[in-house]
Amino acid sequence: MPSTGPRTRAVRVRRQLPTSPWLFAAPGLLVIGAFILYPFVSTLVNAFTDRRTLIPGEFVGLANFRELLHDDMFWIGLRNSALYVLGVVPALVILPLLLALLVQKNIPGITFFRSAFYTPVVASIVVVGLIWVWLLDERGLVNSLLETIGVGRVGFLSDQWLLLMSAMAVTVWKGLGYYMIIYLAALANVPRELHEAAAVDGAGAVRRFVTVTVPAVRSTMALVGALSSVAAFKVFSEVYLMAGPSGGPAGEDTTLVMLVQRTGTGLTGRVGYASAISVVVFVVTVALMLLVLRADRRSES
Amino acid sequence: MTRVRTGELVLRYVLLLAVLALTVGPFLWQLATSLKGPTEDIYSSPPTFLPRHPTLHNYARVSETIPVWDYAFNSLKVATANVVTNCVGAALAGYALARLRYRGRRVATLAFVLAMLVPVEGIIIAQFTTMRELGLNNTLIGVVLPGCIGAMNVLLMRNAFLNLPYEIEEAAYVDGANVWQRFLRIAVPSVKGTLAVVAIFAFMGAWDDFLWPLIVLSDPSKFTLTIGLNYLHGTFANDERLVAAGTVIAVAPLIALFACLQRYFFRGVGEGAVKG
Repeated sequence: MPSTGPRTRAVRVRRQLPTSPWLFAAPGLLVIGAFILYPFVSTLVNAFTDRRTLIPGEFVGLANFRELLHDDMFWIGLRNSALYVLGVVPALVILPLLLALLVQKNIPGITFFRSAFYTPVVASIVVVGLIWVWLLDERGLVNSLLETIGVGRVGFLSDQWLLLMSAMAVTVWKGLGYYMIIYLAALANVPRELHEAAAVDGAGAVRRFVTVTVPAVRSTMALVGALSSVAAFKVFSEVYLMAGPSGGPAGEDTTLVMLVQRTGTGLTGRVGYASAISVVVFVVTVALMLLVLRADRRSES
Repeated sequence: MTRVRTGELVLRYVLLLAVLALTVGPFLWQLATSLKGPTEDIYSSPPTFLPRHPTLHNYARVSETIPVWDYAFNSLKVATANVVTNCVGAALAGYALARLRYRGRRVATLAFVLAMLVPVEGIIIAQFTTMRELGLNNTLIGVVLPGCIGAMNVLLMRNAFLNLPYEIEEAAYVDGANVWQRFLRIAVPSVKGTLAVVAIFAFMGAWDDFLWPLIVLSDPSKFTLTIGLNYLHGTFANDERLVAAGTVIAVAPLIALFACLQRYFFRGVGEGAVKG
């Protein structure tokens, strides 16, 4: 935390207006206290109760977690959320970097391309989901094209695995522009001289990418890896929209957050059980974040 | 040398156009579908892009099927409220964290940092029960409240205030300006750029949000546009023209907003990335 000036000034401010600093911070503290921190704590507490939407519930110890171990749906959700991380994160670490290199050079019209590539980020996930449902429909554009070139129609939205992979592709498609901008900011800090020196030494574009660019943006790659893996593990909207509320054929495409939503809401919602699933989500996301950032530190030393 | 450069330039533009087709193409396909008339085959193979008889009929039909303009108005209310509360609340709290000294300031800062790290998807059920306890379930206020002062925005504003030189405020202080005057007349006008970023992301975040309104709102008359669209899709999946028109209504204002304010967007994301 950066320091905020000499102590004397601070003392003067305090002496003059003893109460107003809290007035400044109060609305913000109240909101995050009531709607973020309190729900977080109550999620941790509820996970050990059998609370339902309309019933306060009682302490049941580890019963919810024991039930999770035998709940097929939980394992399906965990599997799909984990697969999502494995499928989406490598693509979101590498593709936006390549895209950033493509739009980095200031050539005529490049601002237009940068903005255009950002459009999917701006669009609501519902719009994006519905667009792709239509594109990947049995009779949609992608299948029309596939049929035209003689491949034939593919059931992107009816097969359990193809559906999950399609949702991953949509997540990558929507995330490209966002991570591209993060990489652009990082690339701006890479000294030109490094590239020039490498070029003088006879290194081609691919070689310069591997020996100059990648090491220079490694910590940004770790950041993108951490951000995208956490986001991927918590995926909800893409799969919900493409597979439907019940999670595709026999619910096989349900993700953990979909399960939280399905279990915990409504008048008969099992708040306690959904909270236990949420606790698993917390633990895994924190673990993922630490894992990625630690891998980065190790690769630097 | 020049020939190589020209070759590289051509290759760059080819790649740029390919990515352009991939990123913007789907939106254009959606727009084209929404303009196709009832007699046109929207499933033809090979696909035809341009509508043969362009019509706005589908837009009229969407509003007959679901109250799409009411939903858009609900979204507008939610998004506007989110902008106002986030700008005011985050500026106030950011100033308190950066510029004011009092016992407990570190704890306050820590509270915002922790709040930023809490995964919203995991606490959504508890937020839902909190809303029930407050009797705000199924209201637009309930949609706005949890995100109305984002911890991330508070920390963004804090950083912006920290970067201002102390001397200006010092001078105002000597002239007898109190803390509110210094805040409103000197500090806030100096961080307009960051405030714009907060405003844009607050608007976009609220307009685009799906999971939370889906959980809070049950009464169709209170739906926001995203929830309404999901409902349209679920109910009338058979006519893609209608769904397409609905999505165009939902995405057009945002693309327009983005086109006008894109340099702030990029500054915001870039800054967020650099500062973590």
